Amino acid sequence: MTWQGLLQPFLLMAVVALIAWGMGTYMYRVFEGGHTFLDPIMVPLERGIYRFVGIDPDQEMRWTTYVFALLAVNLIGFIVLFILLEIQTVLPLNPAHQAHVPFWVGWNTAISFVTNTNWQAYAGEATLSYLSQAWLVVQQFLSPITGICLFLAVARGFSRQSSNTLGNFWRDFVRALLWISIPLAVIATIVLVALGSPQNLHPYTHVTTLQGLHQIIAQGPVASMTAIMQLGDNGGGFFNANAAHPFIAPNVVSLLFQLLLGFAVPAGCIYLFGKMIKDTRQSRAIFAAMAVLFLAGALIMYHFESAGNTVLTAHHITLASHANYEGKETRFGVGTTTLFNNSTTAISWGSVAASNDSMTPIGGMINLFNMMTGEVIFGSWGVGMIGMLAFAILAVFLAGLMVGRTPEYLGKKIEAYEVKMSVLAMVVPSFVILILAALSVSIAAGKAGIFNPGPHGLTEVLYAFSSGVGNNGSAFGGLNAASPWYAATVGIAMLLGRYAMYIPLVAIGGSLARKQHIPTSAGTFPTHGLLFIVLLVGTVLIVGALVFFPALALGPLAEQFAMNAGRLF
Amino acid sequence: MTFRMLWASFKLIILATLVIGLGYTFAMTGLAEALFPHQANGSLITYHGRTVGSSLVGQQFTSLKFFQGRPSATTPPYNAADSSPSNFGPTNPKLLEEIDSNLHRFLRENPGVKADQVPPAMVESSGSGLDPDIPVEGAILQAPRVARMNHLSIQEVDHLIHQHIHGRFLGIFGHSYVNVLKLNLALEQLKNDK
Repeated sequence: MTWQGLLQPFLLMAVVALIAWGMGTYMYRVFEGGHTFLDPIMVPLERGIYRFVGIDPDQEMRWTTYVFALLAVNLIGFIVLFILLEIQTVLPLNPAHQAHVPFWVGWNTAISFVTNTNWQAYAGEATLSYLSQAWLVVQQFLSPITGICLFLAVARGFSRQSSNTLGNFWRDFVRALLWISIPLAVIATIVLVALGSPQNLHPYTHVTTLQGLHQIIAQGPVASMTAIMQLGDNGGGFFNANAAHPFIAPNVVSLLFQLLLGFAVPAGCIYLFGKMIKDTRQSRAIFAAMAVLFLAGALIMYHFESAGNTVLTAHHITLASHANYEGKETRFGVGTTTLFNNSTTAISWGSVAASNDSMTPIGGMINLFNMMTGEVIFGSWGVGMIGMLAFAILAVFLAGLMVGRTPEYLGKKIEAYEVKMSVLAMVVPSFVILILAALSVSIAAGKAGIFNPGPHGLTEVLYAFSSGVGNNGSAFGGLNAASPWYAATVGIAMLLGRYAMYIPLVAIGGSLARKQHIPTSAGTFPTHGLLFIVLLVGTVLIVGALVFFPALALGPLAEQFAMNAGRLF
Repeated sequence: MTFRMLWASFKLIILATLVIGLGYTFAMTGLAEALFPHQANGSLITYHGRTVGSSLVGQQFTSLKFFQGRPSATTPPYNAADSSPSNFGPTNPKLLEEIDSNLHRFLRENPGVKADQVPPAMVESSGSGLDPDIPVEGAILQAPRVARMNHLSIQEVDHLIHQHIHGRFLGIFGHSYVNVLKLNLALEQLKNDK
């Protein structure tokens, strides 16, 4: 480990805090009233869209109506994307003559991109035409906005009182697209091209290398897809190797820029929430809890990747350093690689700068752990924040039990309904991950897809369902994700992770909005101080992760001990 | 979910598919080609009037007169149309075999080098299979062999390596490296100049 490597996560958190403030302030103006410098261009476009689509942006919606409108957009988005992928062979812009997309791969991919997961059961440059990649980009714009809408609905539950409604879905959706996604993606594309990513529609380039060998260089509209895959925390890349590919992240500056893009909106949501409830001290507490969990993960991962694969030493191979470079790129080094890969599962993101499957057991376990806790360490657009609010509700409930008072959070009384819905949301990941993983390692179709032998194979399977249900999209890449079993079951995990997990939270929003604000009294548990931060982190660790401990013991922990003993499988 | 909602969603999705799927992709391509044509077209490098590759994408060097890059797990190695890591887990015996055989080859091709001088990156395969770079020490260890095969002095080759070092960003982020293709092109140039 070097001092540079240790410093990196702290520097990142400092910059992210600044971005949270800037983005949060801007987003508050976009969604909750106020003016922005983009209004002269965007307001006419906004009105045009409302007219074309035929909706009334001022009609306030109950939480159920809000959710149904959201589901309608996702359902139609799924159907349209699925059809377009399946007919890629008859559509233009297919210079590499990519073949038909198999049914299960199409099903999995369409769900994957509509739910903001971007799990990729295919290798982009060897499966999809340029046009198919462009259709995926459409959902890379739209699916994170679904997350923002879920967040706004929940946040308005806290900010409103004696109200039956949570805002208008169409208005939130269209404004997020016009004021946030499109302008930022356009700027990001230009920056990424300037830093080296290609952006063209030419056929793949055939060259004779310096030594005289033949090489086909896959290119295409890479930068425009990379911009929104990172900004939208989608993570589904143009190339199979994702951000490890030198065309996606040609240098460490480009990679860091992409890292900040990924943090921008999720971190902004934290401050936006504080502005909405008119108490930004609450944002600071939530940010602190997330940052603590983030830093712990990043530093542990950095330590284990630097300590490297101890099998080598046990078999008398001593190199110049112990660092694990299998599956990593030279230009990023171990420090920046682990910073990026920890972020990718902390934020429900999924873009990777190295092969997760080749990380050390504990290094890979950190990624797994970040997802198993429900991806609340910043999390994807909006949904990480509401996941954390569910944990906060549980934390004040536990604190209330300890002192025997009715819990309240942010001036709202927390009653049985809110706690039940929070627990319901938290049960989803454990249920889906453990049951589907157990099934997969019990049946032939599941076992056939495993790539690495021994406990590492179990970790691959656990990772696939954690990534699916967490709407993350990163993978232990060895697993045969394109096999019908995994394509079908990970597809189901993604659906449950998106809808079964977050709709109960919108229900909480609906219930809270109806309640009156209760004034702070001497008996109110303050939720902006150190005690609450500690309680919140503890709740995430205990409630979120303890249920997975037996599975982790059989997978990554068993492998770490075996590795230290020099055991191969 | 009413029919009105579905119809509105349908119109919204079709609009987004056209405006974003086609409009955004084409507009960004046009803008990129106009502003940064070199990068937009893949940072291709021409040598003596022939396109020899992209400075960003690694290529295979098997000849001992060139600096060699990292092991690549794609099939064939450095397949720039199907990027992939090895995905070998740490306790997979294939990983140990791979590292062991890469190390033996490196030591055989670079006589005088000891195993504990070799950076892990030189014997462990990269994340993309297309890593264009190697650590600086990985190049310095190859310098005596490259000098001998090309009838150059070690000082000349070392000087060349030092001219091609990229440091950490702000002294903190990433890792220092040399780009293998650019280094080999400079090597060819040096030989031609003599």
